[in-house]
Amino acid sequence: MDKDRIERLEKKYKRNAPDAQNFHKGPGPARGPGRGRGPMTVSKPQDVGKTIARLFAYIGKDKWKLVVFLTCIVIYTLANLAGSYMLRPVINNLVYEDGSRTTLFNSLVRMGCIYAVGIVAQYLQSRIIISVSQNALKKLRNDLFAKIEKLPVRFYDTNNHGDIMSRFTNDVDAVGEMLNNTINQLISGTINIVGTLSLMLYTNLYLAVITVVMAPFMIMAGRAVAKRSRKYYKQQQAALGTLNGYIEEMVTGQKVVKVFCHEEIAGEEFAYLNDDLCNKQINAQFFGGIMGPVMGNLSQVSYSLTACIGGILCVIKGFDLGGLTIFVNYSRQFSRPINEISMQVNTIFSALAGAERVFDVMDREPETVDAEDAVAIVEKDGKKYYQVPASNKTYVNLDGTEVKGAVTVEHVTFGYNPDKTILKDISLYAKPGQKIAFVGSTGAGKTTITNLINRFYDIEEGKIYIDGIEIKDIRRNDLRENVAMVLQDTHLFTGTVKENIRYGRLDATDEEVESAARMASAHSFIMRLEHGYDTMLEGDGANLSQGQRQLLNIARAAISKAPILILDEATSSVDTRTEKHIEHGMDRLMASRTTLVIAHRLSTVRNANAIMVLENGEIIERGDHDDLLALRGRYYGLYTGLSELD
Amino acid sequence: MKRYAKYVKPYIHAFILGPLMILVEVVGEVLLPAMMADIINIGAANHDISYIISKGIKMVIIAFLMMGGGIGAAYFAAKAAMHFGRDLRKDLFEKVQKFSFSNIDSFSTGSLVTRLTNDITQMQNVIMMSLRIMLRAPGMMIGAIIMAFRMNASLAVIIMIVAPILAIAIGTIIRIAFPRFEIMQKKLDYLNSNIQEILTNVRVIKSFVRGDYEKERFSDSNEELKNSSLDAFKVVIIQMPIMTLAMNLTVLAVVWFGGNQILKGTMQVGDLTAFTTYITQILMSLMIMAMVLLQSSRAVASSKRIIEVLDTEIDLNDDESGAKESLVKVGKIEFRSVSYRYYKDNHEKVLDDINFTIEAGQTVGIIGSTGSGKTTLVQMIPRLYDVDEGEVLVDGINVKDFSLENLRNGVSMVLQNNVLFSGTIMENLQWGDEKASDEEIRKAASAAQADQFISSFPEGYETELGQGGVNVSGGQKQRLCIARALLKKPKILILDDSTSAVDTATEAKIRECFESELKSTTKLIIAQRISSVMEADLILVMEEGKIVGMGDHEELLSSCGAYQEIYDSQMDRKVGA
Repeated sequence: MDKDRIERLEKKYKRNAPDAQNFHKGPGPARGPGRGRGPMTVSKPQDVGKTIARLFAYIGKDKWKLVVFLTCIVIYTLANLAGSYMLRPVINNLVYEDGSRTTLFNSLVRMGCIYAVGIVAQYLQSRIIISVSQNALKKLRNDLFAKIEKLPVRFYDTNNHGDIMSRFTNDVDAVGEMLNNTINQLISGTINIVGTLSLMLYTNLYLAVITVVMAPFMIMAGRAVAKRSRKYYKQQQAALGTLNGYIEEMVTGQKVVKVFCHEEIAGEEFAYLNDDLCNKQINAQFFGGIMGPVMGNLSQVSYSLTACIGGILCVIKGFDLGGLTIFVNYSRQFSRPINEISMQVNTIFSALAGAERVFDVMDREPETVDAEDAVAIVEKDGKKYYQVPASNKTYVNLDGTEVKGAVTVEHVTFGYNPDKTILKDISLYAKPGQKIAFVGSTGAGKTTITNLINRFYDIEEGKIYIDGIEIKDIRRNDLRENVAMVLQDTHLFTGTVKENIRYGRLDATDEEVESAARMASAHSFIMRLEHGYDTMLEGDGANLSQGQRQLLNIARAAISKAPILILDEATSSVDTRTEKHIEHGMDRLMASRTTLVIAHRLSTVRNANAIMVLENGEIIERGDHDDLLALRGRYYGLYTGLSELD
Repeated sequence: MKRYAKYVKPYIHAFILGPLMILVEVVGEVLLPAMMADIINIGAANHDISYIISKGIKMVIIAFLMMGGGIGAAYFAAKAAMHFGRDLRKDLFEKVQKFSFSNIDSFSTGSLVTRLTNDITQMQNVIMMSLRIMLRAPGMMIGAIIMAFRMNASLAVIIMIVAPILAIAIGTIIRIAFPRFEIMQKKLDYLNSNIQEILTNVRVIKSFVRGDYEKERFSDSNEELKNSSLDAFKVVIIQMPIMTLAMNLTVLAVVWFGGNQILKGTMQVGDLTAFTTYITQILMSLMIMAMVLLQSSRAVASSKRIIEVLDTEIDLNDDESGAKESLVKVGKIEFRSVSYRYYKDNHEKVLDDINFTIEAGQTVGIIGSTGSGKTTLVQMIPRLYDVDEGEVLVDGINVKDFSLENLRNGVSMVLQNNVLFSGTIMENLQWGDEKASDEEIRKAASAAQADQFISSFPEGYETELGQGGVNVSGGQKQRLCIARALLKKPKILILDDSTSAVDTATEAKIRECFESELKSTTKLIIAQRISSVMEADLILVMEEGKIVGMGDHEELLSSCGAYQEIYDSQMDRKVGA
């Protein structure tokens, strides 16, 4: 690799470095690296007390189970300590008292009983905690999911999907890890330390001093290693994130790489990142790896010192051999709980940070709740009627009238961010059954208008009515069920073709599914699929072409009985010949519905009752095709290819 | 295994030193209890303080040596495993880079990425772990067994009975638990893809008000996940109590039989302590070995996936090209009876007996409905796929005779699903020509009608593009891709439906620039819109893998039915003009 290129790479990755460590928190453009695969930095939780309390609410439901669990841990830990302490009288009995086989047998039976209790308690505590923790995790996931569904579309605009995903996976896992292992290790570790220390002090004060003196050394050494290990681990994760991001990008763009003969350069860039990762990995794994040897062997040192000094004490102070035996065992084991607890600290931190990120989502503002007296829309004999609660004085006269689908937009001004208005003073009116088209450059605000009608976003200035009822006074779900949308980005679900079409109306019969597919001209290609309507679609319909997916989306909208239909670039990927073929079906689809169409291809909008030309959030021209051509303005320019759309 | 030898060889010293250092630890760990027993049996029994002290000092020294060994082992293990992973990853990446288009098609992108990332990491971890444990656990076990037998053979028999029973128990648990974990993993994957789907489809769900429906679906798979996790964990948690049970039973047996021997005077008290330590060591190593085995079974799966990629035969290369030095100089293209099948065992042809000649400098339009083979046809020219029958000639030379690099440098292609990479606009354009001057880049961007919008960004050419170019519009993305292709200064330029998101007026300007600035370049344009190809010197109309019409606009309008039909479907666009 020449120096020039190395310099360039260094520049590039330094530039990206700060990005790579930031998660999207709150609003902000959802772009840049770190899509889900990004590095997991363990940030310190902010309000520990509150988070723990909330987490506790998830496990605290089975109170008696927790009580049994805690009791079991205590029993099991104490049984272990007691069991090993029992060796002292046994040995002393053998050495000093010319003991008999009966006393030996009796003490062993006692030991065995204590051991048995300990084992039962050990099994019980782990059995209880896994069921408690799995239930808690299930509830946590369910709650998070339920919450996510209630969040407004705006939340999805401002949060990276990978990041939300990682809250479901990494963060919930981290919490699970803590629930599964940490609690019992923490408790039993603490009891172990305290218990061992007390037994040591009780057995021999002098020897206990050795352990007490060694302990701070061990803790200090452990912390020193842990600190470095954390630091390098973080670097390793960041480097891993960068490299994985690069791999993902290159593999996805592999065909472009080939077309540009870019293999060699890509290989060099890869090698650069790969080397960087390797160096950081060695550091991280080294420091991670020496924790065990350092701690373990420090306790071997302590064991050796204890053995030596203990031996001397036996000689000069008459310290009993049974005492020495159990003491050295204790000092051997002493490092284990310290080790365990120190390792759990990291788990706890990442679990609490994870829990916080989960709760952070749960605390987001959901879509507003419908007012008590909001207007409902009910279906009877295939027709839709308004149902107005008696307490609603404004619209009570509309109670029982049929939904016709007139759309009125009055002086609506809107922006996704307060500092940037997208729509400026928009007004329009669509009579029931009319087709209104929107034409304009990307970013002119076409999609935004349609997003306001089904209340993906709530407006603050201006009003939108359906059949004279302000949309914010209609129950949100009823409103949305009556506005069918075909979106530009075609999205399908894992499931059969039939299930995907039926998504538009869950109680539709097979015949209705087929006729909807016919209307969208999807029937013929569906029949050519391996299992026809029962063909499984996977990964967002990866086995279909973009155009075919659009046709399925149209069928999905066709099956719903919504009186208002929104087509947002619904046929942009269908070739013009096919589009011509489906025109007839589309006309039938639109005939009984008020339709709002957004299209790039002007041929699609020609027969609209009214065409709105949008520019920078304003309607600059409106009228039907002939009117607009006669106007010789923007539309004319577009139509004749004189001016451009962006 | 053999194929991994080349990744081990350069770091063989680390691969050997790591386990050797561990041996220091093992030996120490086996010696210490025996020395401890000596302190009790000899030192304390004989009131020999100087003996005790000298043993004690030796023990402390050994403990420090052990620490050194452990640290050294950690270092060499990390070094060996990480370098191994680095080299393997590099080879794997290079292999994927060599993949032909049809190789790429046969793997999903996601699975390739997983193989390059997770699978390798998995292997690295297992290697590191095994290096540190490979000799440690068995070494410790053997050492402890030897010491135990030397100390007291009759007592050691107890361990020989307990250890196999424990091994069988652990093995059984793992055998039962492992498939359950696999089920759990599947349920987890399913749940995650469920969430992924919800996130991308949120607008659909909201607009059809299917929140409750989805919640139910999620709750079901969540319940399944919980149950399968419980199934798996239920089995694993038995392991620890069983381990404790084995340990405790052995201790009891040792103390009982040992105690009896002590009472008879055939055993010393210090040995009892040492013995219990050895028991612990043996049983612990047994458990650790079981864990390693479990881990490695995952690595075996990873290794299989990696090898699958490494073993993939690259079905397209220039090893046997006859005219490697030839460059594409003119830009003449000729197809002679070219046929191509996408699936080799399916007789349906994607291209069926294609014949045509394009002279250098011509502009050629290709039109036809989706799936008619347009893209496949043009991809034969830079040899992204190899023909099954017939031959493709560029400048009169079979494309198979060029070196791939020379051929592809001469043929620039803008793909249908074009990709921009994270980095600045400038960096992206430099893909076309790494050494291009700012002026050249600006010129190419202007020709692609991209300069204007790039300059309107506050940071101009230094604007950072998100991954996949998420922060520019579809039309802008396409124009950047065209500019990138132009920078290659190709003799043949292929645009595969790459102006679909660009409006007609801008597209016309791009075509104008092509005419004036790329006079000598042969241009092939695949398009949906008739207006995009109308003025071409030659238009190919494709249908079901065949050329059904060839000629200029006027000729085709009068002679080719398919062309007329496409024209009619778009004609109303022109009415007002």
